[in-house]
Amino acid sequence: MGLLSDPNRRRALTKLLTRLNAPICVMCYLAGVAWFMGLAFEPFTLRTYMSENAMGSTMVEERFPAGERALATGREFAAHKKKVGGMPVDWLVKTMQSRGLEVFTQSFTRKLPFPDENKERYMVRGTNVYGILRAPRAPRTEALVLSAPCSEGNNNNQAVGLLLGLAQYFRSQIHWAKDIIFLVNEHDLIGMQAWLEGYHHTNTTGGDWSPLQGRGGSIQAALSLELSSDVITSLDLVLEGLNGQLPNLDLANLFYAFCQKIGVLCTIQGKLQRNDWDTTSGYSHAAQTMMLMVLKQASGRPWGDHGLFLRYHIEAASIRGINSFRQYKTDTTTIGRLLEGMYRKLNNLLERLHQSYFFYLMPSLSRFVSIGYYMPAFGLLAVILLLRALDLWVQLGASPPGTEDGVAGGEQPSSPGVLSILTPVVISHMTGVALYTLPILSQEMAVQHFPVSETEAVVLTAIAIYTAGLALPHNTHRLLQGEGTEEGWRVLKLVALLYLAVLLGCTALINFSLGFILALSLVPIAAFITPHTPKALSAAIMVLLSPGCTLLYCVFLFQELQETPVSLQDGWMLFLSVISQGILDHALYGSLVYPLLALLIYPCWLLLWNILFWK
Amino acid sequence: MAAHKCNIIMLAFVLCGLTYVFVRADIEDTNHVKDAESGAVDIAPKTNIGASLQSTKTEDQTQAAEEERQWEAETNPADAPSDNKADHVHDTMQHLASRPAPYAKDQTQEAAEEERQWEATEVKEADHVPDTMQTPDVPPPTPAKDQFQEELVIRPLHSGDIYASFQFRTMWDTDFLRGSKVSHYRLFPKSLGQVISKFSVRELHISFTQGYWRTMQWGQPFLPSPPGAELWVWFQDTVTDVDDAWKELTNVLSGIFCASLNFIDSTNTVQPSASFKPLGLGNVTDQRFLRYAVLPREIVCTENLTPWKKLLPCGSKAGLAVLMKSEKLFHSSFHSQALHFRPVCQDWKCKSTVWELRQTLNVVFDLHTSGQGKREWSLFKMFSRTLTEACPLASSSKVYVDVTDNPQGELFELSPTTPLLSQAVVLGDRRTYSVYDLTNQATFGQTRSLNMLLRWRAAESGDMLRPLLHGERYVAGYGLQTGEIHTLMYNNHPYRAFPVLLLDTVPWYLRLYIHTLTVSSKGRDNKPSYIHYQPSKDRLRPHLLEMLVQLPPNSVTEVTVQFERALLKWTEYTPDPNHGFYVGSSVISALVPSVVAMDTNSTRECPLFSSFFPCKEESSYFMRVYTEPLLVNLPTPDFSMPYNVICLTCTVVAVGYGSLYNLLTRTFQVEEPSPGLAKRLANIIRRLRGVPLL
Repeated sequence: MGLLSDPNRRRALTKLLTRLNAPICVMCYLAGVAWFMGLAFEPFTLRTYMSENAMGSTMVEERFPAGERALATGREFAAHKKKVGGMPVDWLVKTMQSRGLEVFTQSFTRKLPFPDENKERYMVRGTNVYGILRAPRAPRTEALVLSAPCSEGNNNNQAVGLLLGLAQYFRSQIHWAKDIIFLVNEHDLIGMQAWLEGYHHTNTTGGDWSPLQGRGGSIQAALSLELSSDVITSLDLVLEGLNGQLPNLDLANLFYAFCQKIGVLCTIQGKLQRNDWDTTSGYSHAAQTMMLMVLKQASGRPWGDHGLFLRYHIEAASIRGINSFRQYKTDTTTIGRLLEGMYRKLNNLLERLHQSYFFYLMPSLSRFVSIGYYMPAFGLLAVILLLRALDLWVQLGASPPGTEDGVAGGEQPSSPGVLSILTPVVISHMTGVALYTLPILSQEMAVQHFPVSETEAVVLTAIAIYTAGLALPHNTHRLLQGEGTEEGWRVLKLVALLYLAVLLGCTALINFSLGFILALSLVPIAAFITPHTPKALSAAIMVLLSPGCTLLYCVFLFQELQETPVSLQDGWMLFLSVISQGILDHALYGSLVYPLLALLIYPCWLLLWNILFWK
Repeated sequence: MAAHKCNIIMLAFVLCGLTYVFVRADIEDTNHVKDAESGAVDIAPKTNIGASLQSTKTEDQTQAAEEERQWEAETNPADAPSDNKADHVHDTMQHLASRPAPYAKDQTQEAAEEERQWEATEVKEADHVPDTMQTPDVPPPTPAKDQFQEELVIRPLHSGDIYASFQFRTMWDTDFLRGSKVSHYRLFPKSLGQVISKFSVRELHISFTQGYWRTMQWGQPFLPSPPGAELWVWFQDTVTDVDDAWKELTNVLSGIFCASLNFIDSTNTVQPSASFKPLGLGNVTDQRFLRYAVLPREIVCTENLTPWKKLLPCGSKAGLAVLMKSEKLFHSSFHSQALHFRPVCQDWKCKSTVWELRQTLNVVFDLHTSGQGKREWSLFKMFSRTLTEACPLASSSKVYVDVTDNPQGELFELSPTTPLLSQAVVLGDRRTYSVYDLTNQATFGQTRSLNMLLRWRAAESGDMLRPLLHGERYVAGYGLQTGEIHTLMYNNHPYRAFPVLLLDTVPWYLRLYIHTLTVSSKGRDNKPSYIHYQPSKDRLRPHLLEMLVQLPPNSVTEVTVQFERALLKWTEYTPDPNHGFYVGSSVISALVPSVVAMDTNSTRECPLFSSFFPCKEESSYFMRVYTEPLLVNLPTPDFSMPYNVICLTCTVVAVGYGSLYNLLTRTFQVEEPSPGLAKRLANIIRRLRGVPLL
């Protein structure tokens, strides 16, 4: 405190900071990146452990015997699905009823803002069927959910079969303390969204669903099952949910513990765990797994049907059966036993899962990086913005002669008017609003005038508006009176720096991955952009590091990490579909990444762009 | 949770001890120290059982004759009294031989009373018989003393489950109100009697329930009860400090029933203005003397069952109560035990009152978890016991099996068969029951034990008539700041509207926004004709919302109200705060139009003149429906290690912020050299004089 209150020492400190500003910034950036890459190194990470006492120490015996019968039910389901050409509602209702469940259905309709070309749907109409196993002597206050999607084609029939088999088996047991809801949802996430909104009687995205008739109280945990073959080689755990939310780590621990106990191969991000952490390939394997998680989390979309539960504070994960060319196979009975074990343990819960971490990254299924370890990586990047802001503040204060401590800088007559700062800020945000609203609003017009489909129209309009924003500096200056001053760009940059720091800070708190990726690309340009740098080169760098291009790199990186590299042409097509999916996710499930990018990050980048072309 | 329960048990023990001391003092006071161990009525049943065991053999012979006459008696009521009387006199003679003298008199009176009772039930049971019925013109010779009846009703449910309902009724002919100290107890449990007389209780209703009654699958229960513990008491109007009496009473009851009723305090007690009216005699309906509380979290287990069984005159040693093995009773879908105490008429003229103690136990056994795939139920399968005798103290002991849906035995097969049938209007529906009279030795047959067997013929039982009224409740919304309570009330009657009384008790930590209260049915506003709302006071009393709503026919009425979740003080959180906090069931009380009136295509033979106007007692019936309790999460601080970290971090941030703030607000001035001592003194003097300073 004394250091700051003493004017002399303070001056020395600020002098040091301004003199060494650039090297410190570079150091911080490199340290941040290095820290982040170090997170995947095994000695720096923690081993996962079960925190919840209610699930940790209790013994459970798994005895599910009826895997074959479940598969037969699955085949029957497939046959009925084929016959009806969709969800065999009547058959499901009858089957669940005969298994002693209370069965209810919910119908929903949904009109997408524009056709979804990936899944080929526009007007969605469907029915969810769910059966509630009422726990004996329980007052309907708590519930667990097991869901399986009714997918198109031949997918997930085995999942539904196993779900029904488990329902029958669970029904004959006395020890359930929580109601168990067996849900078969149609149209994957849209059906799930309708069901969850119906269950909680909310309507966040304007869907149209019929109210639910039966409920089981507050849902404590949920698992979504995806299974498309009779035997599997491994089970993949999917955690990333809407807006990068993750379930409590104990759910992942539970899955891992049972895989170990029963002897099922388990993966996360489709990657097996390796023991050779001290070799380069071992490290790069862990780094790839973690990077995949970061990219998935940053996308903000639900990566499985479980993703929408997280909004309601329900811990949920998807379990996906994978059948590859490995020798060792696991049959349905074993998966059934695994699920039985997990549900028995979840049934033992006295409280909601809350003991373990909610913010973590996983370089492998048995290792995790907690928020305390990964936040410094982001902090090192964010501090660059603050250092630059401090430097600017000192420069602004020092330039007018006479003011010693630089506090009174704003009142100097030579300072730029509020208007000259406000104008670019307002205009770039207007562009952001245009980017957010126009693509969907103008799709009809675009389709009439250009030979494109609705989806292409939306994506291309978005890209067009995004590009049009680059021409903004020239238009902004026309509105300004007089010349832009040296003071002017400094103040504008100060505003932009602080704005970006707050934005990224908040984003990183909610969704670390998104915040970190944005910081990685935006911090360098924010730190070093001035009107005096060579225009052409700087402009090229700025465009290459703009949020849109970052998205493009992420698409390529993701494909590379998944070991399915794509050509430039395919990559571009993928990029276009990612944009349309992002817009759809926002419209359908309330994902916040698209509005964040369009309304806040992009305008902020435009401010920096404005500075580059400051006259 | 285990620790929690353990505490409760400890507490209950302490309270039991206290009660014992209190009871003991009373006993000494009246010089009737008999059974120092239980301090209650145990002594009477013990001797009686012994006596009855000795007399069983002789009774056997006399009852053989009665056996054939039974159905005749049913159809020819005029003959019945004399026959029965003869039998009973005979019985009484037998009893006289083996019993101590004071009982002889009682027994004679009881016999007389029983005979009248039989007659009375006959009137009810045989109501399809055209009214050649006569009430006996011989009045009972002397006023009846205590008596005890037991019965078990078994109702096969459409879902394949089975519902068993025990009812035990002890009549207590005493007058503890007039200041006369009651010191002698026969059938009535002393532990309860003393509590009731001490606290001047007029009516007491207590229920312990584990599970939720599934109205849509099981139909209506005989006696509804909410999950957890429910207690409501009407005090005598002589009680001056009702709150105090209530508090003491809950603590004493907590000891008697080994339950955590001592958690009932002002924050969960309400005084409903209309929903809970006295069920017994009396005309005081001033709600000042009523207290109602629900503990939705209470877990019911063996430790609550044992003290409840001890209140029965025969304990669980004889009669129907032998079936109550806790390992079976708690291997079920639903378990509810209750105790109702109220004043009733002593005889048909209702000149004086007696106190009725009705102990009920309802249990639903689940088909799927019973282990076998067969749709088959027997007494042994349900209770792992069979019946061998009636409680010797009981004046009537019967088992009823609901065979309404099974008139020709096409749905299920019941063995052994019984010739006795009885009809009763239960919950607005005319039901037929097969009756097994346990006081009749022939019921037990050759094997000396009764093990009823119900075997389904068809795999699917027919559709159940939808219950006319049922309710549902849930919390809507997400996040930890606000929420919305939705209460749905279904009227499934095709054309009749009826009013219901809705009672909602919400704890204070859910702050209801009463201006957001909406009641709507069929998409339109439905204005309640009566609303009684008592706002909560933080940490003192809960919200109480009562309203009278008209439910349109065939509709769902939705009552919604928004609330805000309060942030509690950190010591107010339960040991498991992340489990959530319970909100008790709302209570829907209604006069529901009877389904008997709906019964148009009746195949039953009945005279035309009797069936045009639906008669009064059948046109509507009283029903109470409880909704689910709610589990609401409140914003909860992280009570583990990170909490400390946050505190530390906040301290560090505060220090950092403090220094920065200090820096920003400080004004820097050139320091002047301080004036000399003389000048300062001069200034002080000048200030005193009011002259400008130097």
